Amino acid sequence: MSTPLRAQMPSAANPSGEQPRGNPDVRLSVEQASYVYAPNPSQAPLFTLEALSFQAKPGEIVAILGPNASGKSTLLQLVSGALEPLSGHIFLNGFSTHSFPPKTRAQRIALVQQESRLLFPSRVWEFVLQGRHAHGRSLRFESEDDITIAKNALAQVGASHLADRWMDKISGGEKQRVILARALAQQPLLLLLDEPTLHLDIGAQVDFLDSLRRLAAENRYTVVVVTHELNLTGEYADQVVLLQKGKCLRVGAPASVFQRDLLEQVFQAPLSVEMTSSGRPRVTLFANK
Amino acid sequence: MRPLTLGRLFLRCGILAVILFVVVVIALKMGAVQVSLYGLGRDLIRVMLRQSSAISTDYGMIVLDIRLPRILLGIVVGASLSVAGTSFQALLRNPLADPYVLGVSSGAAVGAILALILENQLSLSPQFAGLLTPLCAFVGAAITIAAVYLLGRREGQIDSGTLLLGGIITASFLNAVIMFLLTVPAGGNLRGAVYWLMGDLSTIPDVKLLGFLFVGFLIAAGVIYTTASDLNLLLAGEKEAMHLGVDVPRVRIVVYLAASILTGLAVSVSGAIGYVGLLVPHVMRLIFGSDHRLLLPVSALGGAIALVIADTLARTVLAPSDLPVGAMTAMAGAPLFIYLLRRKLA
Repeated sequence: MSTPLRAQMPSAANPSGEQPRGNPDVRLSVEQASYVYAPNPSQAPLFTLEALSFQAKPGEIVAILGPNASGKSTLLQLVSGALEPLSGHIFLNGFSTHSFPPKTRAQRIALVQQESRLLFPSRVWEFVLQGRHAHGRSLRFESEDDITIAKNALAQVGASHLADRWMDKISGGEKQRVILARALAQQPLLLLLDEPTLHLDIGAQVDFLDSLRRLAAENRYTVVVVTHELNLTGEYADQVVLLQKGKCLRVGAPASVFQRDLLEQVFQAPLSVEMTSSGRPRVTLFANK
Repeated sequence: MRPLTLGRLFLRCGILAVILFVVVVIALKMGAVQVSLYGLGRDLIRVMLRQSSAISTDYGMIVLDIRLPRILLGIVVGASLSVAGTSFQALLRNPLADPYVLGVSSGAAVGAILALILENQLSLSPQFAGLLTPLCAFVGAAITIAAVYLLGRREGQIDSGTLLLGGIITASFLNAVIMFLLTVPAGGNLRGAVYWLMGDLSTIPDVKLLGFLFVGFLIAAGVIYTTASDLNLLLAGEKEAMHLGVDVPRVRIVVYLAASILTGLAVSVSGAIGYVGLLVPHVMRLIFGSDHRLLLPVSALGGAIALVIADTLARTVLAPSDLPVGAMTAMAGAPLFIYLLRRKLA
């Protein structure tokens, strides 16, 4: 999967952001990336993410799937550039994500986290405008462009009517949309989501993922979603990275990753997998006897 | 959607500046000796129009030599403390943080007292000594905030309760150090404990000192203001701010240092005045919202207004005796602190 030519590229970020050589179809390329978490070097590591590789194109949705403590969030942090891989490389358009300066990184990579805590109340539109921070000088006031982009972002997630509401006075589902809108306002190449459907009811989950799929197609984002929702993954992902205890067990289309034996072993639960008419796998869980 | 514009920023600051002016005029008038401001204004205009060479002596003595310097001192100290408080609240993500509560003011006071003792012992030239006190106060403030920050960190995250407790314990320890330094023979001839622990504005500063304070304030506050929109994002947490493009380590160190300078400047000339840095940013946030591009300048103006009012009350309620201004701010600030704490826990 990995192309040696690109692996030899200098990893320093080029501020001009020119696209270097390499396959122009591939936007995100994770090449034998690994990570070890140890509180101090003399102790045995608490957690190890073994080397893994995958690639993603513009418009593609990649799901990182696995049970708790499988390394999903660590992998997402690596992809976001917040953590530096112990070995291997993670390239966004050929540039190592960890070596971007903070501003450049925020212009290309947006992260939607599980919860966005606020110290002081703010309006929805103020929150969405935060996504424009990386695109302006620090003392500049928001331009007409910034405001238009923020409005469009709210419209794209169907939350225009919330613009003047307070962030702490809207529902969980609405909040999740607004957080997504802020990420869209960053106009990123890569959109990362950490369990975005965790606090949503089923209707809101389907709603949210429908708009995510539409946005990925319209704006050509490469989307990486961390989740443990089997059926939503099967329905919405183009590619699945299956993790268990820090090991990558399989990478591929949902239909190839969703094998009964494999999933039963990973999730420690009896289940069955069937294919729907659309070619998407569907998982049914059974109670432990 | 109504994002902040330069015009709206100036309008709000302008309104507060007018209020500050009115407060200053009233403060000039009030005191043990009543003066007619109308008469003073008429005299001032005559001087400006060169109809007379000097204003009449009783105005000159009381208003311009005694009250005005003290009011200007109140303005710069109030603005410094309140900008420092706003900065600490954003960086530490804690609405109850301020230089006094966190012990930073006490740290600055220890630094200032050590400098004064050193100056006496080494009989330094007054020019050098004048710089050494604020410098040592800044170092004391910076060391204290670093210590409190480390005390409040747990597993890489700042824990609100631990941070406040750490600050309060640090303050009480440093206050004991202050008492010790003031009791040893070398510190015996310095200003008393009430000055350092409660703060007061009764030292009449000369023009040079006032100029130094205002320039120092403008530089340090200006540096903090360049990070105003970074501070907005830091309210959501350091990790989230980083993902939105904030260079968190740089902003953190720049703002800590600048806020320590502001605290050091204020404490070296007025002792540890409490609650201004806590109360004022809160009230301003309630009125103007939490956008630091607006909040920082209005907090500076609000801090100046609050401290001038507090000091005017301090020197008039028991006239002709002076109350330390810190006693006034604590009487107003402590109940508010408790109210905010209760509301936060509820």
